[in-house]
Amino acid sequence: MKRLFLYRLAVVAGAIALLEIFCLTGVIDKITMQPPHLIARDLYRLLASGRMNGAIWKTSTNTLLALVLALGVGVVAAALLHRLRALRDTLDPLFATYYAVPVFAFYPFFIVVFGLGDLPQILIAFMLGVVAMIVNTLNGLDRVPPVLLKTGRIMRLTPIDTALRLTLPAAGPYILTGVKLAVAYAFIGIIGSEFILSRGGIGYEINFAYNNFDNATMYPLIVLILLASIAINTVLTRWEKTLLARRGAR
Amino acid sequence: MSERRRHGGRNALLLVAALFALWQAIYWAVGDIALSSPLATLRYTAQLVTGEDFRMHLSDTMRAFAIAFVLSVVIGLLVGFWLGFDRLSGDALEPMIVTVYAIPKLTLYPILLLAFGLGLSAKVAFGVLHGTIPIILFTLGAVRNTRPILLKTAHVLKLSRPQMVRWILFPAAIPEIFTGLRVGFSLTLIGSLLAEMFASQRGLGYLLMNGIGLHNIELVMSVTLLIVVFAAAVSTLLLQVDRKLHRKG
Amino acid sequence: MTTQVALSNVGKTFPASPTTAALHALGPIDLELQRGEFFAVVGPSGCGKSTLLEIIAGLTPATQGSVEFEGRRIAGEAPDSIGVVFQEDASLPWLDVTENVAFGLRRSKLAKDERDARVRDALRLVGLSDFATSYPAQLSGGMRQRVCIARTLVMQPRLILLDEPFGALDQQTRLLMGDELLLMWRATGATVFLITHALDEATMLADRIGVMSARPGRLIDVVETNWPRERDSRIVERSEFGAITARLWKTLREESLKTIGRAVPKPAADA
Repeated sequence: MKRLFLYRLAVVAGAIALLEIFCLTGVIDKITMQPPHLIARDLYRLLASGRMNGAIWKTSTNTLLALVLALGVGVVAAALLHRLRALRDTLDPLFATYYAVPVFAFYPFFIVVFGLGDLPQILIAFMLGVVAMIVNTLNGLDRVPPVLLKTGRIMRLTPIDTALRLTLPAAGPYILTGVKLAVAYAFIGIIGSEFILSRGGIGYEINFAYNNFDNATMYPLIVLILLASIAINTVLTRWEKTLLARRGAR
Repeated sequence: MSERRRHGGRNALLLVAALFALWQAIYWAVGDIALSSPLATLRYTAQLVTGEDFRMHLSDTMRAFAIAFVLSVVIGLLVGFWLGFDRLSGDALEPMIVTVYAIPKLTLYPILLLAFGLGLSAKVAFGVLHGTIPIILFTLGAVRNTRPILLKTAHVLKLSRPQMVRWILFPAAIPEIFTGLRVGFSLTLIGSLLAEMFASQRGLGYLLMNGIGLHNIELVMSVTLLIVVFAAAVSTLLLQVDRKLHRKG
Repeated sequence: MTTQVALSNVGKTFPASPTTAALHALGPIDLELQRGEFFAVVGPSGCGKSTLLEIIAGLTPATQGSVEFEGRRIAGEAPDSIGVVFQEDASLPWLDVTENVAFGLRRSKLAKDERDARVRDALRLVGLSDFATSYPAQLSGGMRQRVCIARTLVMQPRLILLDEPFGALDQQTRLLMGDELLLMWRATGATVFLITHALDEATMLADRIGVMSARPGRLIDVVETNWPRERDSRIVERSEFGAITARLWKTLREESLKTIGRAVPKPAADA
């Protein structure tokens, strides 16, 4: 365990050190990239100044909104599809090829329909996240051991009790995998569409800084996004691991 | 099995018909300003693909995509096999790679542009950035999850290490590796198209953004349709092969 | 002795579907279970043993005949006083052992301390008191099955149905679990209906053993063991044990051959 941690630390530290050296010796020129320690300093200043609070707020709320929509719709849709075998079979090819289709290609079309506001972005993020949620929830529902449902019948649990006390917890780890993916996709969807075309948000600010050769803003913001998504992903992965470990699937 | 396939084909047809019906319904609801009808779009598409310009854009996209995919496969397989064999490196790096998989890679695009400049190499780099990771992860998993009994069998049969890789490890890992290639294919395509969408003067992605700029709804929808149909068709094909491999394995 | 369960002319036929023909899986079966007895059923695989159990449990409706439990007809719903332990591990992995066992009382309106007392008693009876806060994943297969048995016991059923509960366990563990099952049977006074594919297990545990034919499963023999109520796995040393097991096998051999698709070999003429 400790060896793995040291290995990872060495990789990350090595990469940063290498970048630092390249930047300082001019292998990577100043216009391309600033040395990492300056990026860190700029990030601190940027956050302290509060200049980006609006963008951060906008991106976070939009991501959260899209996520909540994706989770809610995803679980309900999966529960329905689990019962409607024929509909599920029909939609199966859609789910199977869904992530091979660039969903962002629909963004321009959404802008045309809904205008250049938050809605097209939320829609893209929702569309990216919801299918991961549906597919994983369905997978979880498929794997609920029939013997648990029989047990519920022997105990004569009400349908709601069965759903909340047996089906949901039994499918839990798979649903959590869906949540993890949906979070990542929602974030990618919002940042990506802000980046392509929008009027605000962190993705927009990065693109704006890039177009103005403002590396002192661009790099810290990119690092901020990376740190945020790594942090969220790590937390969810931990949670997933504890859940699975308790069930003996180490 | 043929029964199953016929069912699959019928489902796919039903789905396509349903999607077109939905499109037509939305068109009736929204109208000409925001949307062109399926028929008009198909007509425009037919016109578009026969044009000289389109061939230029298409070949540009395809060139970037092809180079990116080849690079993704080579890098992905090499790194995947390495991490699959080297236990320590695999254990240490796999979670990090999974994390990288989940970050919005679009934000890294400016860095790639600064590093590679506007044009083919940036597109390729962005495609590779998207495409290698799934290939690495699936290959790593395939190598590592080879059933121990197969390795023991190789041992009992006294195979040399290259023979073991050639006759046991590789055939056993092929279905999983193919899944990696399939996902990698799709993501490489998405990556190259995304790159074109906001910093390029050529390619289908550029055509799409150009359509928005000119407020040419028919162009936007035609290109979207072409991309979706291409991606879905290839992915369905690869999925068929994938399933066949997994059934056998 | 009073009759607790009465099956008359019970059968099950699965209707034809577009891809399969209709399947006559079970019956007709006539059988009476006496209150407090230990009844085991053996039969070749696929003979409908589990279907029979599910019919008695009210999990599956019979397509012919009737099942009565304590004088009332069972129709599609599990009666409160029947507990079932399945072959598959039915412990809930997200709950610890105590919570798992208490889950059996979800629907009861007992006071909390009464509830806790019942759970404690059940855990003591199955020997899991020291593992009250463990999670199923930390337990062996045999222990998990005991969690499920305890969860059934807290409901204080008057009839316990067991569907090959030890099928996934190794032979030594099975013998020991058999001893525990006998203990519980005596302690609770419940009727036990056990389905098993192991002839020695049936002989060792049961008062009466029903032998089923190949599909469609019918009762072709009912063997009485005449064991004393106080007994344990050491009963295998008795000479009657071998004789009963041999009789079961003699009846079952032909049926089992049918299910693996072999013609019944004729005995050699001069043997």
